[in-house]
Amino acid sequence: MNVVACVKQTPDSAAKLQVENKHVTWGDAPLIVNPWDEYAVEESLLLKEKFGGKAVAISMGPETAVEALKTCLAVGCDETYLVSDPVLKGSDVSSTAYALAKAIGKVGEVDLALFGRQAIDGDSGLTAAQVARYLGWTLLTYVIKIVEIDPAAKTIKVERMMEEGRQVCTAKLPAVVSVVKGINEPRYPSFMGIRKAAKATIPVWKAADLGLDTAKIGAAAAAVAWVDIYPMPVKETKVEMIQGSSPAEIAANLVDKIMAEKVI
Amino acid sequence: MANKVWVYIDQFKGTPNPASWEALGFAKTIAAPMGSGVTAVVMGSGVDAVVQKAFTFGADSVMVCDDVTLADYRVEPYAAVLVKIASEGKPEVIFGATSTRGRDIFSAAAADLTTGVIPDATEVVSKDGALVVTRPVYAGKLLSTVVCKERRPQMILLRPRAFPAPVETAGKSGEVVKVAPVLDESNIVTKVTEYIVEEGQVSVDSAAVIVSGGRGVNGPEGFEPIRNLAKVLNGAVGASRAAVDAGWIPYVHQVGQTGKVVSPDLYIAAGISGAVQHQAGMRTAKVIVAINKDVEAPIFNLAKYGVVGDLFQIVPALIEEFKKRLGK
Ligand SMILES: Cc1cc2nc3c(=O)[nH]c(=O)nc-3n(C[C@H](O)[C@H](O)[C@H](O)COP(=O)(O)OP(=O)(O)OC[C@H]3O[C@@H](n4cnc5c(N)ncnc54)[C@H](O)[C@@H]3O)c2cc1C
Ligand SMILES: Nc1ncnc2c1ncn2[C@@H]1O[C@H](COP(=O)(O)O)[C@@H](O)[C@H]1O
Repeated sequence: MNVVACVKQTPDSAAKLQVENKHVTWGDAPLIVNPWDEYAVEESLLLKEKFGGKAVAISMGPETAVEALKTCLAVGCDETYLVSDPVLKGSDVSSTAYALAKAIGKVGEVDLALFGRQAIDGDSGLTAAQVARYLGWTLLTYVIKIVEIDPAAKTIKVERMMEEGRQVCTAKLPAVVSVVKGINEPRYPSFMGIRKAAKATIPVWKAADLGLDTAKIGAAAAAVAWVDIYPMPVKETKVEMIQGSSPAEIAANLVDKIMAEKVI
Repeated sequence: MANKVWVYIDQFKGTPNPASWEALGFAKTIAAPMGSGVTAVVMGSGVDAVVQKAFTFGADSVMVCDDVTLADYRVEPYAAVLVKIASEGKPEVIFGATSTRGRDIFSAAAADLTTGVIPDATEVVSKDGALVVTRPVYAGKLLSTVVCKERRPQMILLRPRAFPAPVETAGKSGEVVKVAPVLDESNIVTKVTEYIVEEGQVSVDSAAVIVSGGRGVNGPEGFEPIRNLAKVLNGAVGASRAAVDAGWIPYVHQVGQTGKVVSPDLYIAAGISGAVQHQAGMRTAKVIVAINKDVEAPIFNLAKYGVVGDLFQIVPALIEEFKKRLGK
């Protein structure tokens, strides 16, 4: 069974961000594999270990994103591909999904394409659904457990995390699955893995390699355009420390304040 | 049925997501200057009561697809209906609530309709015939404004509790348009076999009050006072990642960048240091209260009220005090 994990390279979640001319920069903070995507990669490895086949990671982004794919190789992915082309710059969710769908198609016999729940830069959480639509595959989002897979019958059973609790469902493969934290515990790269990854040359797929229609990609094709981006205005909060001679008195003083806020 | 503004009403087994009413209330303000009413779109099985509610919350008309194939939420049949009615009815905009289902349906439908989708909107203004949407990105460290310039419909999911809840006016009604399902059961590949639901717990997603515990609660039993305080306040229980990772409380309770993003009226953080990734999930709460032993904890930079002290003393005292005040 072949499994693809789609990984995006993002700035570290603790990075101090700055905006210059509507461009986000993060100083010398490291670029990482989008934390949610680590779960997708780990799940691809677990499935490969269980069922055989290969674990493949795909990333679309600038050339620096090879580093994210090297991390995937270091933890045990068999193959990685970078989708990178200047004409893809400025792609929105739908163009990204279109390109990723084509890339998954190019990998060949794939039963499962795994995604993170969302990318921690754009925070949109939309890509997996659109990839599924473009591929015409089953869509299962917010998966916290793959209960079973029958590669021969091409069926999958999962637990999906909804606001109200878990929804257990069965469906057909091939499927696009987005995963949430709790599905597994991502492993660390091994020493051998890191050495292997350091030496690897990662194939780069350009728009033409994927047969992408250039009218559907890049900034000009974006349905949703960015107008502006700026730091979140800082809420002027000065904490008021609640005092008292005993826990009961502190509690009474605090409850006074909370009741006055009319939030209860 | 010429309404240009639609609102998709998210519901689970007949219980509407309250954020849908916020979307409905807001949609009215966008529709009025366009000279349009608002059409609510309801899907499910046995959802008459939801249709009724939509009118009382301000819908001018309701399109409803009521069918057994929609009893369980599955993206295929739900998105298929939305795609069909939107391509026929050609609305300018479809609003919805940002939820797991909202993201699913809107994103899938937008791909079929070759239009754009914008989730997590915290502000929407009309400008030059398009809606300019503000949404937080990078875990709420930055705000972006985006616009779906040419493609229609604009598909916009509003962040829960970012827009005011409309007042309910009893006894209202309007035109109901029945819509047939698009897929029959044999064409739907996903089958729901069961639900695993934590009984009687308020979910953090739309809670007005959240009481959260962190590593400071020191173990699974440390959540007992947290839970009791939440109960007295009819609130939900939240947690930091440290507490979730330690296995003291299930992941559904996690607030933060890799958990839920919440925006309650009151957020009480007990034994939580307030790391940036935790802040990403709760910084938009109206009133933040922090209880922490360490006066240097970063959570105090965010809190409106702080108590430097032991949560095992303060939280029980708060429970007693609230019980008194609230007559419980
Ligand atoms: C990619 C990434 C994603 C992350 N996502 C999230 C996320 O979604 N949510 C999240 O919360 N974190 C997240 N984190 C983790 C985050 O960085 C912090 O490690 C975590 O929030 C710390 O949890 P805490 O505040 O409970 O624990 P600590 O930081 O250990 O703080 C415990 C606090 O409790 C106080 N305390 C101890 N005992 C008591 C007592 N008896 N009474 C009162 N106070 C007491 C201490 O003074 C301390 O301030 C993420 C990290 C990364 C790298
Ligand atoms: N440029 C990209 N390259 C590879 N995977 C991506 C890319 N963008 C998004 N994804 C995948 O889609 C998921 C959701 O991303 P998003 O919809 O952007 O929040 C991510 O967790 C990744 O798995």
